Amino acid sequence: MNKLFSTAALLAIAVAASTVGASARDQIQVSGSSTVLPYAKIVAESFGETFPDFKTPVVESGGSGAGIKEFCKGVGEDTIDIANSSRPIKDTELKSCVDAGVKDVQEVRIGYDGIVFATDIKGPDWKLTPKDIYLALAAQVIVDGKLVNNPNTKWNQVNPAFPDWDIAAYIPGEKHGTREVFEEKLLTAGCKESGATDTIKTLGLDEKAAAAACVKVRKDGKAIDIDGDYAETLARIDANKTGVGVFGLAFYENNADKLKVATVSDVVPSTETISSGKYPVSRPLFFYVKKAHLGVIPGLKEYVEFFLDDQMIGDDSPLVEYGLVAAPEAERKAQRDAFAAGTTMQLK
Amino acid sequence: MTDISLNPAGISAKPARRDIGLKRRYAAERRFKLYGIAAIAIGMFFLVALLYSVLSNGYTAFWQTEVNLAINLDPKIIDPDNKRATDPKVLLTANYPVLARNALAEKLGVSSSDKAGMRELGKLFSEGVRGQLRELVVSNPSLIGTTQNVWVLTGADIDSAFKGQIDLSVDQSRRKVSDKQVEWMNKLKSEGVMAQRFNTGLFTYGASSRPETSGLGVALIGSLYMMLIVLFLSLPIGVAASIYLEEYAKKNRLTDIIEVNINNLAAVPSIVFGLLGLAVFINFFHMPRSASLVGGLVLTLMTLPTIIIATRAALRAVPPSIRAAALGIGASKTQMVFHHVLPLAAPGILTGTIIGLAHALGETAPLLLIGMVAFVANSPVTPLDPSTALPVQIYMWANEAERAFVERTSGAIIVLLLFLAVMNITAIILRRRFERRW
Repeated sequence: MNKLFSTAALLAIAVAASTVGASARDQIQVSGSSTVLPYAKIVAESFGETFPDFKTPVVESGGSGAGIKEFCKGVGEDTIDIANSSRPIKDTELKSCVDAGVKDVQEVRIGYDGIVFATDIKGPDWKLTPKDIYLALAAQVIVDGKLVNNPNTKWNQVNPAFPDWDIAAYIPGEKHGTREVFEEKLLTAGCKESGATDTIKTLGLDEKAAAAACVKVRKDGKAIDIDGDYAETLARIDANKTGVGVFGLAFYENNADKLKVATVSDVVPSTETISSGKYPVSRPLFFYVKKAHLGVIPGLKEYVEFFLDDQMIGDDSPLVEYGLVAAPEAERKAQRDAFAAGTTMQLK
Repeated sequence: MTDISLNPAGISAKPARRDIGLKRRYAAERRFKLYGIAAIAIGMFFLVALLYSVLSNGYTAFWQTEVNLAINLDPKIIDPDNKRATDPKVLLTANYPVLARNALAEKLGVSSSDKAGMRELGKLFSEGVRGQLRELVVSNPSLIGTTQNVWVLTGADIDSAFKGQIDLSVDQSRRKVSDKQVEWMNKLKSEGVMAQRFNTGLFTYGASSRPETSGLGVALIGSLYMMLIVLFLSLPIGVAASIYLEEYAKKNRLTDIIEVNINNLAAVPSIVFGLLGLAVFINFFHMPRSASLVGGLVLTLMTLPTIIIATRAALRAVPPSIRAAALGIGASKTQMVFHHVLPLAAPGILTGTIIGLAHALGETAPLLLIGMVAFVANSPVTPLDPSTALPVQIYMWANEAERAFVERTSGAIIVLLLFLAVMNITAIILRRRFERRW
């Protein structure tokens, strides 16, 4: 038994040691945003089917920030090739990339994603405006010219047209890439619309502090941060029929028999209204490519070109069918040209 | 005590003393039994709730709706320029879904000029037909030009509708299957051409963005590799460490520190081992990301303390008389350990190992950081290829938007539970069979 054990152990260690380093990676590795993940999966799968010479890329999820961090670890076979992101890369992140030797980063914009508000299918119709959302969910609102803790507990206190429901909103958590869009396009806009921005400034706060006060979300349990995926938000709505949830457009469209979508500023969210820019709450989706890996990792260049092809992100493509909002044709062409020309990002 | 000392006459009143607190003690015993039953009932309730929710959601995942089509492998579509003799790539990249669509259109009498109808028809079957027909044709090119009866997977939405998981009473604009498709579905069903068949794909396919062609194949291979690596590394290392600590090492401050550290390590959250794996195996040793080798090594580190603790307990349970007897008839210390102590401790060691393995099988957190929570479509061949693991696949499916992934998530949980049950039953059988009592 003793001999068997030691031989087996030595063998295992020997195998492990000998094979490491001998391997040349022949598979693209992608990591990043969980919003981009389903799209990247579809492209990866079709890529594997269309190019039998290349293996299907491996797509990890873990969030935009985590993906970019992994991406910026350095250049080489043991680092990932592409980082998906649901927001543009930050300057600090790009700097850490350059510091680690990832000098040439190519940015690719694949299209847009819309964020929708939805309630249980049996609920009434909702017509939201950024102002309503600000008044319902902000930590502090203006009452009689003073900044006080949000006194609204029911939706019909915010806007008499709303039902007599306790406010319970399931919004993307602070780590979510979606959160930034939520803050910028809804809370900041609603703050301005309701006139609160100006009032806050008259109270002696500077521009920056006023902006921060606008996007602060109430912490009294009426606005619930969801750090997981939209599936969790859906489960919450299932359990609380008077809850309001924030979803990606694609997720809503896949579950339209369970959810009723709200209009924002009287625009019904759809791929058309988002690509035309009419629907206010949308954001671009990106991925970042290491230029140094092009031509080193087999298939990387082809993968990016395939991703940017109209048969993937064009008007009638599988990604659009899944819920991506296609960029206008001129923008798609510009992205393709920029990638072909090898345009890299510059540090500001 | 005070009663007795205060009342010496009590000594003579013996019969009365026997009743003291008897009722109370019986009541306490009954109460305690009730608490115990209540505790078990609570545990059983949650177990039943878990099993019910998983089984009721998941059993449908083992059947998949398929449609039997007479597909004409038309050379004009597969190989329009007749180049297959010179260029084998033609057969790999041919437009196979069109073949299935044409066969279905013929069956349902949809004219090819009806563009909208053809598009809806195209959603009836899975895009996975491309791979299926490609395999058929590539493995036997002489089939080109013939008509083959093939069971083709239906699209995931049709599958869900067929299983009654989509509410067909809501307006068709709010659901993923149109009235037209439901009509076709019912027609094919009444003809017996569309039916539910055992879902072998669930065990063979890799990850996919389409629910109907996604399976546990990659995850099963990945988990198997990791379990083998964990077994072959942690068992010998763990047993050797515990034998040394238990039988040879002197009891001093150093061994005390080691013991405390081992017990501590057993309680460290598994994500910490993932961080360690990322830093040591990937960043320092430059092992590939997402590989089951790295996963296995990380899980080995995580399982080691469990195995060492179990092994030491098993060694300690061997009576000292056995050791004394072996030494007394002239055995060396090594002979004593390997001829007498280790065989007697083996059942305990194996039980501890299997429980450690079962624990490792269910881990996701450490795998997140080494890149194993990923979309992997190609089956891994060696432990160095990217792969996933069973619990990872469950986690990834649970986050999918499509309805059809709900049943697959539960289906995968059932598979994982079966694996765990088999491992734990093995542990019990081993213990029963080899256990010695003194």
